[in-house]
Amino acid sequence: MSNGERSYQQPSVTVETQPYWDGTAAGKLLLKRCRDCGESHFYPRALCPFCFSGETEWYEASGRGRIYTFSVMRRVPAPYVIAFVTLDEGVSMMTNIVDCDFDSVAIDQEVQVTFRQTEGDYALPVFTPVGG
Amino acid sequence: MSRPSKAYIAGAYEHPTRHAVDISVAQLHADVAKGALADAGLTKDDVDGYFCAGDAPGLGGLSMAEYMGLNLRYTDTTETGGSSYVIHLGHAAEAIAAGKCSVALITLAGRPKMASAGPSRNYGDDTPDTGFEMPFSPTIVNNYAMAAMRHCHEFGTTAEQLAWVKVAASHHAQHNKHAVRQEVVTVEDVLNSPMIADPLHRLDCCVISDGGGALVVVSPEIAKSLGDRCVKLLGQGEAVKHLNGGKIDLTYTGAVVSGPIAFAEANLTPADMDLAMIYDSFTITVLMTLEDLGFCEKGQGGRFVADGNLISGVGKLPFNTDGGGLCNNHPTNRGGMTKVIEAVRQLRGEAHPKVQVPDCTLAVAHGTGGQIGTRMGSATAILGRNDA
Repeated sequence: MSNGERSYQQPSVTVETQPYWDGTAAGKLLLKRCRDCGESHFYPRALCPFCFSGETEWYEASGRGRIYTFSVMRRVPAPYVIAFVTLDEGVSMMTNIVDCDFDSVAIDQEVQVTFRQTEGDYALPVFTPVGG
Repeated sequence: MSRPSKAYIAGAYEHPTRHAVDISVAQLHADVAKGALADAGLTKDDVDGYFCAGDAPGLGGLSMAEYMGLNLRYTDTTETGGSSYVIHLGHAAEAIAAGKCSVALITLAGRPKMASAGPSRNYGDDTPDTGFEMPFSPTIVNNYAMAAMRHCHEFGTTAEQLAWVKVAASHHAQHNKHAVRQEVVTVEDVLNSPMIADPLHRLDCCVISDGGGALVVVSPEIAKSLGDRCVKLLGQGEAVKHLNGGKIDLTYTGAVVSGPIAFAEANLTPADMDLAMIYDSFTITVLMTLEDLGFCEKGQGGRFVADGNLISGVGKLPFNTDGGGLCNNHPTNRGGMTKVIEAVRQLRGEAHPKVQVPDCTLAVAHGTGGQIGTRMGSATAILGRNDA
């Protein structure tokens, strides 16, 4: 039931998050980590939410992770899978799972990032199961 | 036994409407205020503190204070979604104890049935999380569904167990002539209802209704003059839970913080409670909240709610005896207020005879706001009968 993929709404972008969206437009998933405490966080911020240091830096994530949880939204014209994926870098992000049989999606499934063009100028990081 | 109480709930009122075709939002707020003041035996001129949340039209409480002709020396417009009114209850008690006001009015009202179905939330583009969530279409139901899915995965909670929460609510709602859904349902009915967002079926979801409710909170001195229908606020706690910089755990709620604070202030435990009024936006909300308040071990909520354990007169812990949000009403998609109102009815012995808990002396009312899968407010109140 993955036919008829829906269109994706444009994200709201701020001066603080512009590099993230420049990254997705270039096919890269960028994260932020703190130079002081070493922790990665999500969503990316200027101030580290763990130690409040202002010394945060962008880096490119592996794009690999596992499904932490998900739900298939069925009561809409084009059903979709909403999920939280825990990246190998240790942070979890809200996303959609695409390009698969929705009935086969499972918690702990390995997934890989891919990108979808939005209705506007940006691209969204979504995930697809690794190896089918 | 006479336990200390900083403040008392003197008046409580729930609007009978579930579909406010010809009543404005402002009038709904005023209608419920009038009802709660009449219930308390007070007038609007006695009110010197006003509490409301984002459902009140206008800037904070300013417009509604003007509409109702209130003369205030204290106001608080803390906004944490459906948990706001249980937070207001605690803040009102603190303000009264500090001498900042003596008669506090709290109102909730809205008419979501009259509005078109929009996005689940839109707090503006400056909201820092918006860009990282809204494009993925996290509706309210699939946000809660993701928490339910993880809970099922970690603890073996089943759809049947979740369904029992709805079954219990429906047993109570059959006696509430105002309830949106008064039919008794079975576990099979819930499981056979359409899947909305795995693992939540249509009957795992609350109703949508217009309406509102209000509370009047007073000082112990004023309560004494009003008689024994006043209900004690014995303890209150609140918490904010969020996604913690991406280090997430969706299997628990903010009740793990707000519950112990409230029970400690009241010097009571979950085992002392005769009634639990738990915000029930979805069946999973109740199951997780009961665990987090300490009514059972973490992960055992499914077993705890099963087999009618939440049905008044049948199980060990009567819950949501008005039918709750799952069956009765859910004014403006915010359920904390109505949980307190039914607790007050029960503690006064004024609930419907078919659901009245015998000798109901102590109750917990819990509000949840925002969304359990992302960021949420939690507020817990421990209430006691006048002689508790």
